[in-house]
Amino acid sequence: MKLEDLNFDEKMSELGAIIGEEERKRGVLIPALHQIQNKTGYLPPEELQELSLSLGIPLVEIYSVASFYKLFHFKPRGRKIVKVCFGTACYVRGARVVLDSLSEEFSVKDGETTKDLAMTLETVGCVGCCGLAPVVTCNEEVVGEIDGRKLDEFIDSVKKE
Amino acid sequence: MERLKNIKEFKSLKDSLCLQKGGARVRASVCCGLPCTALGSQEIARELSDEAARQGVEVDIVKTGCQGLCQKGPLMQVEPHGYFYQKVKPERAGEMVSKTLGSGQPVREFLYRESYLDEVKEQIQDVPFYSKQVKIALRNTGKVDPHDIHQYIAAGGFKAVEKMFSRMSPDDVLEEVKKANLRGRGGAGFPAGFKWAHTKRSGKGVPKLVIANGDEGDPGAFMDRSIMEGDPFSLLEGMLICAYSIDAHFGFIYVRHEYPLAIKTLEKAIKQAEAMGLLGKNILGTGFDFSVFIKEGAGAFVCGEATSLVASLEGQRGFPRARPPRLSEVGGGAWGYPSNLNNIETYACVPPIIEKGADWFLGIGTPGSPGTKVFSLAGKVNNTGLVEVPMGITLREIVEEIGGGILNNRKFKAIQTGGPSGGCIPEQYLDLPVDFDSLWQVGSMMGSGGMVVMDESDCMVDIAKFFLAFCQSESCGKCPPCRVGTYQMLQIMERITSGEGQPGDIERLEKLIETVGEGSLCGLGRSAPNPIATTLRYFREEYEEHIHDKYCRANVCSGLGVYTIDQKACILCGLCKEACAFDAVRERRSSYFIDQEYCTKCKVCFEVCPVDAVKIKKKTQIAVEKIKIPYEAMVSVKRKAKLTLWDVLKSKPHVVITIYHDSTVADAIKTLHDRNVSSVFVVDDNGKLIGIFTERDVVHCYNKGVSCQDTPVGQVARKDLIKFEPSMGISSAILIASRNKKRHMPIVDGDRILGMVTFRDLVSYLLPEISYI
Repeated sequence: MKLEDLNFDEKMSELGAIIGEEERKRGVLIPALHQIQNKTGYLPPEELQELSLSLGIPLVEIYSVASFYKLFHFKPRGRKIVKVCFGTACYVRGARVVLDSLSEEFSVKDGETTKDLAMTLETVGCVGCCGLAPVVTCNEEVVGEIDGRKLDEFIDSVKKE
Repeated sequence: MERLKNIKEFKSLKDSLCLQKGGARVRASVCCGLPCTALGSQEIARELSDEAARQGVEVDIVKTGCQGLCQKGPLMQVEPHGYFYQKVKPERAGEMVSKTLGSGQPVREFLYRESYLDEVKEQIQDVPFYSKQVKIALRNTGKVDPHDIHQYIAAGGFKAVEKMFSRMSPDDVLEEVKKANLRGRGGAGFPAGFKWAHTKRSGKGVPKLVIANGDEGDPGAFMDRSIMEGDPFSLLEGMLICAYSIDAHFGFIYVRHEYPLAIKTLEKAIKQAEAMGLLGKNILGTGFDFSVFIKEGAGAFVCGEATSLVASLEGQRGFPRARPPRLSEVGGGAWGYPSNLNNIETYACVPPIIEKGADWFLGIGTPGSPGTKVFSLAGKVNNTGLVEVPMGITLREIVEEIGGGILNNRKFKAIQTGGPSGGCIPEQYLDLPVDFDSLWQVGSMMGSGGMVVMDESDCMVDIAKFFLAFCQSESCGKCPPCRVGTYQMLQIMERITSGEGQPGDIERLEKLIETVGEGSLCGLGRSAPNPIATTLRYFREEYEEHIHDKYCRANVCSGLGVYTIDQKACILCGLCKEACAFDAVRERRSSYFIDQEYCTKCKVCFEVCPVDAVKIKKKTQIAVEKIKIPYEAMVSVKRKAKLTLWDVLKSKPHVVITIYHDSTVADAIKTLHDRNVSSVFVVDDNGKLIGIFTERDVVHCYNKGVSCQDTPVGQVARKDLIKFEPSMGISSAILIASRNKKRHMPIVDGDRILGMVTFRDLVSYLLPEISYI
């Protein structure tokens, strides 16, 4: 990823008043990783190498940062990302049962991707929809108040391409 | 959108907007917070505007942020009539437009009612969920369109900025916030004014930064998101006021990545504010510059901690570091510049304080914690959602009045406040007034304001394990007490909840609680043991039950208890037999039973049974039931074992049978016979106890040839009495009586005779337990 693709100047030029070039480049590292991941779904090594060159940050440090955050992935992920909310409210209202049913349905465990890269099953700390617990999300779509019927509908909608 | 060049222009714009708003135009505010959107509120807004255009009704359809009562969504309010609609359906848009928006009549179906028997509530303030709330931080959330700065200004937005720029110096602003004693809403409750002042003092001439912490990682909390999505301008206004008072020119909002809508809304809001000249260079022509940047997190709970947040902001791994230097000092904040970091909600509270003055703010809440606090009420209550209440409100009011009581009429067990760093508060503290200090005292904390209500079907050990597992997986790994300690604690908790608990586990946990709590580097580690500490404090018997009895009273933990089928409740559907992977459910001719040899306690049969005929019981309970003693009897015996002789006496008919010492033995025998007792008290003329006469004495008299007709009973009565105090416990009484071979125990309080307890009384009292042993 090149600096120009990052809107580096628009985002960081004002800060030039207080911080140096190197720090500004450091500052865009996490947004850059987000951008790569949004594009490809994960962080491919070649992209990271290129990023390392354009930001002037050693590759090892980029990996150090990327591996710290849970949201960055180094392996390809499913086209649909199904997240089961495991916030407290969802947990006490039965998120575990929802996760178990989904993992049985797609025969993947928490954090795994199906072989055909159709979907990835994950848990998430809290999507902030506690009023509708238990909640699952599929990409950007949020489905709340999951019960047996709604879960079946949800599974069907995930299976549909 | 035209750039405002000075304060005068702002004023005239404000006046014209207020005038517009004051017009009689009907306004339908549809809640487009995340939960309501998930329930289809976008479609409702679309249908409404289509329908209004078709019917030719003049109306403003406003998509607002979270209106609070998420459980009953999608929500909608209609101004100026003040109607509050819940569970709105898009297919009824036509009726809503013609009836409500056109002619001002409510659609009764959507009005709020407690139950089908209750009257409907038309206005929002009549709904119990809202009637107790006082809105400061959420004053605009759910009322204005978060994407339109004009609506915010019309609702009184940027009034505080106008006042600040026209007649307050930075120090005035600082003094006002200090005086208001606004405490940080992020959890710790540190006074914001002092933090600001400290940042301002450190390093003259050094650039300073204003940072808003929107990394709301607590599971079960969504207040900050609601503000960022529902009222982004009040956050920006609060940050601008802070920047003005500490002379900062750059601001950062750190938003967690899981809130994409909040990021979009904020980006839009910043662009609008910059276009209006309310942010950026030369704000309102005053020469003051303040630019705000959004920084996206990447899914690390620890980044909510101040020092990690700064590290993440700089593009590093989100490791916390030791303090000092504090963030507010040179070398402590982002890129080493003094930084003032507050929670989103704290900044949102600032504009009303500046606008209305500190005294107004001090009048709300408690003296130690003025103002209000936003809570996200979730868990097992009827009304879940976002509430803002004055400090000092009791937990009971929140749970029962605002929350509408416990779901399915179950029994309240505990309320968890403060997220994974907080604790569980049991029923006995329900009348506790909620503020920063009172929650500390009971071992919990305000935290960012998550409130999860639990009922009797929740296992406290399991809940504690859940929070610990969260902290363990979120531990950044920098310091060993947190990295290793939480892992070890989790291992013990796993053991306890899977039926492998060992005696001594509780003590091991207690030791680890201390080590992790004191030894960890940052707040995440230090507070990680809190959920276990509080559940151990208030629900210790549940831990003991898990470890010693291998039983989970809430039937949550699998691998515990003994599984049986209640033959009376069983409908012979056979689902349990089908579900069991280990062939432990066996079929007889007309009944099912569970073979304990094969049962792995996986809980599958319990979950599939449609009539709850599969019961999970304590092992001791099964043993007692085998010998046909109802389990309830066993429980009562346990209770009785703690009782005293006085309790035994009270359980018998209260009779004290006395006989004067000069009565004859024959009289005494007759009394024994007539009253059907085995002993009488022998008293002297003053009624003072001198001995007892028992059936055994009759045998002695006969054997010795004592003349029953002539001999006074005082002569033959036993005088070597052992008297028993009524406060003596039953077990010690049994010990004394059996050692001394006594069958009758006179209970005496000083000179007063209270009654007689016989050995049989005690035995029949303890009978079920003895037969079990």
